[in-house]
Amino acid sequence: MAEELKVIVFALGHEEYGVEVEKVKTIERMSPMTRVPKTPAFVKGVINNRGVVLPVIDLRGRFGLPEAEYTDNTRIIIVAVGDLEVGMIVDSASDVIDVNSDQIELPPEIVGGIRAKYLRGIAKIGERLLVLLNLEEVLNKSEIIQLEQMEV
Amino acid sequence: MELNQYLGMFIDEAREHLQAMNDNMLQLEQSPDDISIVQVMFRSAHTLKGMSATMGFEELATLTHEMENVLDLVRNHKLRMTEPIFDVLFQCLDALETMVQDIIAGGTGKADVTAIVASLQAIAKGDVPASAAIPSAQSAAASAGSAGSAAGMLDQFQLSVAEQSLQAGLGLYRIDISLAPTCVLKAARAFMVFQVFEKFGEVVKSQPAVQDIEQEKFDKGFTVYFVTEHPKEELEKALGSISEVEPPVVTAITAADLKQMREGEIAKQETAAAAAAAAPRPAERRERAAAPAAGPSAGAPAGASGGAVNRTIRVDIEKLDTLMNLFSELLIDRVRLESLASELRSQALTETVEHMARVSSDLQNIVLKLRMVPVESVFNRFPRLIRDLAKTLDKKIELVITGADTELDRTVIDEIGDPLVHLLRNSGDHGIERPDERVAAGKPEQGTVHLRAYHSGNHVFIEIEDDGRGIHTEKVMQTAIKRGVITADQAKSMKDEEIHMLLFAPGFSTADKITDISGRGVGLDVVKTKIESLGGKVTVESRWGQGTKFTVQLPLTLSIIAAMLIRVGDEKYAIPLSSMVETSLIPRSEIRVVHGERLIQYRGSVIPILFLSEVLDVPGADTSAEELFVVIVRKGERLMALVVDDLIGQQEIVLKSLGSYLSKVFAVSGATILGDGHVALILDPNALLK
Repeated sequence: MAEELKVIVFALGHEEYGVEVEKVKTIERMSPMTRVPKTPAFVKGVINNRGVVLPVIDLRGRFGLPEAEYTDNTRIIIVAVGDLEVGMIVDSASDVIDVNSDQIELPPEIVGGIRAKYLRGIAKIGERLLVLLNLEEVLNKSEIIQLEQMEV
Repeated sequence: MELNQYLGMFIDEAREHLQAMNDNMLQLEQSPDDISIVQVMFRSAHTLKGMSATMGFEELATLTHEMENVLDLVRNHKLRMTEPIFDVLFQCLDALETMVQDIIAGGTGKADVTAIVASLQAIAKGDVPASAAIPSAQSAAASAGSAGSAAGMLDQFQLSVAEQSLQAGLGLYRIDISLAPTCVLKAARAFMVFQVFEKFGEVVKSQPAVQDIEQEKFDKGFTVYFVTEHPKEELEKALGSISEVEPPVVTAITAADLKQMREGEIAKQETAAAAAAAAPRPAERRERAAAPAAGPSAGAPAGASGGAVNRTIRVDIEKLDTLMNLFSELLIDRVRLESLASELRSQALTETVEHMARVSSDLQNIVLKLRMVPVESVFNRFPRLIRDLAKTLDKKIELVITGADTELDRTVIDEIGDPLVHLLRNSGDHGIERPDERVAAGKPEQGTVHLRAYHSGNHVFIEIEDDGRGIHTEKVMQTAIKRGVITADQAKSMKDEEIHMLLFAPGFSTADKITDISGRGVGLDVVKTKIESLGGKVTVESRWGQGTKFTVQLPLTLSIIAAMLIRVGDEKYAIPLSSMVETSLIPRSEIRVVHGERLIQYRGSVIPILFLSEVLDVPGADTSAEELFVVIVRKGERLMALVVDDLIGQQEIVLKSLGSYLSKVFAVSGATILGDGHVALILDPNALLK
């Protein structure tokens, strides 16, 4: 029997993405953000999340997608990977679905400009195509440091 | 049974007991005949044994059990504490400590303890140099439960009990009990046997000890000396009726037998006494061992501290952090309520909100205080450290602790131990001279190291002061030049104090121990780095031939700092007051440009001026004002002016980390949450002053 995966679905542009539910701590509405100087452009700043200061990145910016205006639907998905806790700004977060591991295919080289290493795979659920993120790579710190050095 | 949930509790308590035993051992070294201390230690060992056994840490349980046996002999006046016994017991405590550490690190606490167990057992058997079993004249213990000297022998006390019993017309028997070879539950059978004994009379002595028998630590049988008014046959019958127990061998003991035993006992003691007389040195050495032991730690109640009930509870530090975080949420709501109240102009609401404001600020203070811990928890390791150090170095050192009740934030406490160990070792190792040197220098034989802690302002000071040989300025300077820390030219213009501070310079002693000079400086740069990372600083004062004083200055807490809130554009930042000199207002016309760098005159010197809006790329900052608000900051001796748009005011802020995702952000040392719930970054002026 194939493994079942619970996934939180969110949207960036026209694509639907998913992250494992275990890695998501909460989903928040946009809140006032404090800019942190001298950080890459996709680092939007830090927020106060119940007394904890959390960095927030714009996932569009992180993937090199064109940035969009924040709307009422914009959400911050707070994820935790290892000792990293980061908020990710997404266009909207819709629902939680079950994905069977046999529905997941390996990612093609390029999906909407996102490099394959950020992806775990593509899940086909009926008509829907769900891009599963590899959060470890998306939040890879050494890459951030490289980006910082490039910009400074 | 699911034991993991108790593991934390076990670890905490085990550590407490170990610490208590360590302390008590040190006290006992001072007064080896104080049985009340032994009682306390015995209880600690006993509790620890029980806890370990319950948790399944067999080796811990074994070791504590053997320790308990030795202590039991001591408290029943059957054994005198001597230096070798102290050494073995200290070794034992170290082994226990290592095992507990292993458990803390997620291990199983397993360790090879056979050697120590063997030494302890040897001690319990009386097989220790110059440890004569002393007559126990008064001990009230009927001492059925002690593993005495040789098998089958009664000690003096038991002999007199036996003699009195015979004189009173009671029967005295030696009973050998053997269990059937098929017996499965030996301890249970033994228990039944002892029940019979209890019914019929009194056990004078049991071999092995009752405790061991209860734990099935015997082979096939055991022997008891028994006093009873019942006839021998009745006893035989009662014992014989227990199943799986062989018919007992009951031998009546007469007054003549006892006399013989007593003679044997006296002979044994004479031998021991003779041995002690022939070798008086061990006794001498014991006294010497007592001398270098640490002095009484201030305020520690002598002896019976183990029984005192602490009206405290243990709280996980994470829970306190959560409480703090939740509390700051509450403060945000308070600010909202306050603005609502002023909008609605309802007096009842305003009054309620004001009341709530007062209550919540009191609450905040309490929450912060909860994190404060007396430095005692760190200091209490040191008497033992100094004792061991004195022993290894063959020196006499007294450690005098004052101010152990001074409180520090938990986060600081956890970090400060290692640097202090380093400094204390330094004082003991390089500061205090050997006794003969001290006498030659006209000082008392015993050196003194003072360890003091006290509050002053927003800081805690910890001083380590010795009356040793001090720092040899010239030699330190030569070494520093040799190692390229300073140049010979620089050295000429340096004051003594500056040269002493070179001990803390990185690279001053990267090589192995420098023993040809006063030797100070071994790894002291590590100490400095650590203390500075805690927001503190360390200084040294020394006078050649008279001693050295290290002073460590630490912030009261790492989580709250006093800061100046400033505004740049629409953004608010906090600058720690500790790096601020003052704020001032200067006309733009005073800025001079030299070599492309902007400078201003400040109190007679020329210092650089920096526009924060430029450094931090603040969008929409107004840079046209003619009068500029500046904050003068300091790094060491160097000053710098930071231009800000507005000074909001001074405030105590709670320090928060930016999280590991943004671990190294330029010129930002952390963040804090303001009253309105927004996050403000804390600037690190040191990074701006390059």
